[in-house]
Amino acid sequence: MTLAPQRPAHGSTKPQGINPRLRVASDEPRPERPALKRSGKPNPAAHLTQQDIEGIGHELDALRQEVMDSRGERDAAYIRKVIKTQRYLEMGSRALLLFSGVKVKGFRPAWWLGTAGLSVAKILENMEIGHNVMHGQWDWMRDPKIHSTAWEWDNASPASQWKHSHNEIHHTFTNVLGRDNDLGYGILRVDEDQKWSLFYLFQPIWHVGNALLFEYSIAAYDLELGKYMATKHRMSDEQKAEFRKNADEVVTKIKRQATKDYLVHPALSAVTGSARTTLTANVVANLVRNLWTNTVIICGHFPPDISTFEKTSIDGETRGEWYLRQMLGSGNISGTKAMHVMTGNLSHQIEHHLFPDMPSNRYAEIAPRIRDLMQRHDLPYVTGSLWKQAGSVYVKVVQLSLPNKVEGRRRRDIVKLEMTKAWRKKKRKLGL
Amino acid sequence: MSAPSTDRATPTAGPTRPRLGAHTPGPLGGALRGARKVAEALATPLVPADYLDLFDPMRAGADLRGRIVEVRPETADAATVVIRPGRGWLGHVPGQYIRIGIDIDGVRHWRAYSLTHRADGSAAAGIPAGCIAITTKAIPEGKVSRHLVRHAAPGTLVMLDQATGDFTLPAPAPAKVLFLTAGSGITPVMGMLRNHLPELADVAHVHCAPTQQDVIFHRELAGHHEAGRLALSLNLDDVHGVLRLDRLDTLVPDWRERETWLCGPTALLDAAEKHWADAGVPDRLHIERFRPSVVEPGEGGTVTFGGSAVTVDADGSTPILDAGEEAGVIMPSGCRMGICFGCVLPMRSGAVRDLRTGEVTVHESDEPLPIQTCVNAVAGACEIDH
Repeated sequence: MTLAPQRPAHGSTKPQGINPRLRVASDEPRPERPALKRSGKPNPAAHLTQQDIEGIGHELDALRQEVMDSRGERDAAYIRKVIKTQRYLEMGSRALLLFSGVKVKGFRPAWWLGTAGLSVAKILENMEIGHNVMHGQWDWMRDPKIHSTAWEWDNASPASQWKHSHNEIHHTFTNVLGRDNDLGYGILRVDEDQKWSLFYLFQPIWHVGNALLFEYSIAAYDLELGKYMATKHRMSDEQKAEFRKNADEVVTKIKRQATKDYLVHPALSAVTGSARTTLTANVVANLVRNLWTNTVIICGHFPPDISTFEKTSIDGETRGEWYLRQMLGSGNISGTKAMHVMTGNLSHQIEHHLFPDMPSNRYAEIAPRIRDLMQRHDLPYVTGSLWKQAGSVYVKVVQLSLPNKVEGRRRRDIVKLEMTKAWRKKKRKLGL
Repeated sequence: MSAPSTDRATPTAGPTRPRLGAHTPGPLGGALRGARKVAEALATPLVPADYLDLFDPMRAGADLRGRIVEVRPETADAATVVIRPGRGWLGHVPGQYIRIGIDIDGVRHWRAYSLTHRADGSAAAGIPAGCIAITTKAIPEGKVSRHLVRHAAPGTLVMLDQATGDFTLPAPAPAKVLFLTAGSGITPVMGMLRNHLPELADVAHVHCAPTQQDVIFHRELAGHHEAGRLALSLNLDDVHGVLRLDRLDTLVPDWRERETWLCGPTALLDAAEKHWADAGVPDRLHIERFRPSVVEPGEGGTVTFGGSAVTVDADGSTPILDAGEEAGVIMPSGCRMGICFGCVLPMRSGAVRDLRTGEVTVHESDEPLPIQTCVNAVAGACEIDH
């Protein structure tokens, strides 16, 4: 495990004052929560008083403390067992794939078994191990090999960059419009409160492409490639240099990953004439992993009934309000124990977002208590099967590719108008 | 339980292990280096060692580990832990100590202990050949010592460091020697006795313990005494009271002429340093210091950022991150609320309090302890590596 480099450029010498999110309550009165959102959807937390939210904050703090105090041997044994299982599974699958080209009665058993095993191994490595270790869920063990500062994962995005965009931006600003880029990754419109543009008309295509190439799109996303392309002309030399440094890191990581999967393993298989089949096995395993992680992840924040938040609503946000936003901004997936492990326990997205540094094996244990707390406060605990949740997102992606319905206007006309405007702009630019 | 003094440089890792093929000349070296490159390419993003550890965590070239073979009681609250070290073990000089990292309730703790086995690897005092041994006394607030004495089980894998320390006998051995030990301070001296006693012509040994039952290695020491190999004087607190150094004039009248090795609690060491200095023979005294007590947690204090050589005063309610930034240190930071782990820095010493929970974390071993600077405030002079 190589040590992930620091990103000093994110540090700052500017004192920012103590974060209000360190405290459950606020000394000053907090703004009212509006009954309706901009899109006209009802606000599910409009009925809560400031005292209610403080109470929720204290209850969740106490629950967190209870679990964190009880971490011990069985938790450590759990993560070590998962890591060990994953490594044996990967080695076993890779060994099988050395014979992936060998045909038995016109069919390649080693290819099928090896590819399935490698897909599962990659999913386990990314989800239950990588994602959770990099969240610091296991830092308390003080094992330098299983530590957020040292872990590097089997994915195109370098750990340091992923930790920044995921742990810091996404987990702090979960579902805040304009702050949390995970809300559609900048290429999808997944909420009625996101502004529609012509670009989203084709988002079903973007969505499928994103899912298939997920590891590379995450890498580009963590690198903030889109932002760089759009704002390059007004960036300082320092910002550009930082981008180039990060881009080099990504390229190096992708090269290493590709060398392993697409060069060295196929080359070793050449001995049994299996180079080509091992190459396809690796391609398929990476595709399966991409599709699966994408499917799980879109269920976390995009299904209907999950809330988004206005940028201004988090000014001076307390810890209690932050908890509330995490609960309303996340959704779970129901299923078996095996299913939870294969999702890296992101099937307990609500619990994970409340306590991102809690060991993942504990989320299932606290889930009934979180559900009870939310029901007591008349808040929606969003959950459903993978097919239901993911299906609803696919439907939404199609629906929201069109603008919101507006009284007295046909959506077709809005699209047409936008197209005309875009066409005119293009013509002007070309000097026609 | 004899632990190193803080002023002595302690190794943070064993000697760097040679990389495969790095020192092999000719075509064989080239082939080995090529094989290493292929192995590294196969293992990425891990390293080949991560896979090899699954099969043989004790192999040569691995991070040094050991497996507990036996935990043998010495007294009611002291025990000898016999460990079979990994193949990378380089041996030791009698009197030296090692650091052991052991997982207790899932958390790794590092402590230093003196070695008591024979340096040539032969069996002695019930310690099988090829094994190393430490002896520890369970003290009430000692998490690791209590665990080792009461709960450690044979078969447990522990992390080890190579032996270190300069509390050792010179060669040739001096003609007249005094060993002055108290409690578990006997352990480095027992390491010397088991290895060097035949070479030592004239040995006086004064050992202090609360009661006769608390004397570790009593039978072995008494045996040497009866055989005339050393002159043992026991100072038992319940019989003689706590040792007063002027009693040495009676116990070992020629103590000023002896090269003395001393290991025991801080108060005894301080008193002895003065006593030997007053007698004009400070050079004859060789000391193994117990670790000074760890920081007693309080409210606020100073925080030093090692790399930037900046020290600031911080109160008990300001996150270390904010304190550093206010002092102009470029700190890594992220969510500033304790969830993203983007601000984690290693603490070298001191104590911190979690502002969310009030929980205090005290640095208590030589191993740097990573802490989240955005939610922890100083709770006793801290040293942060940054």
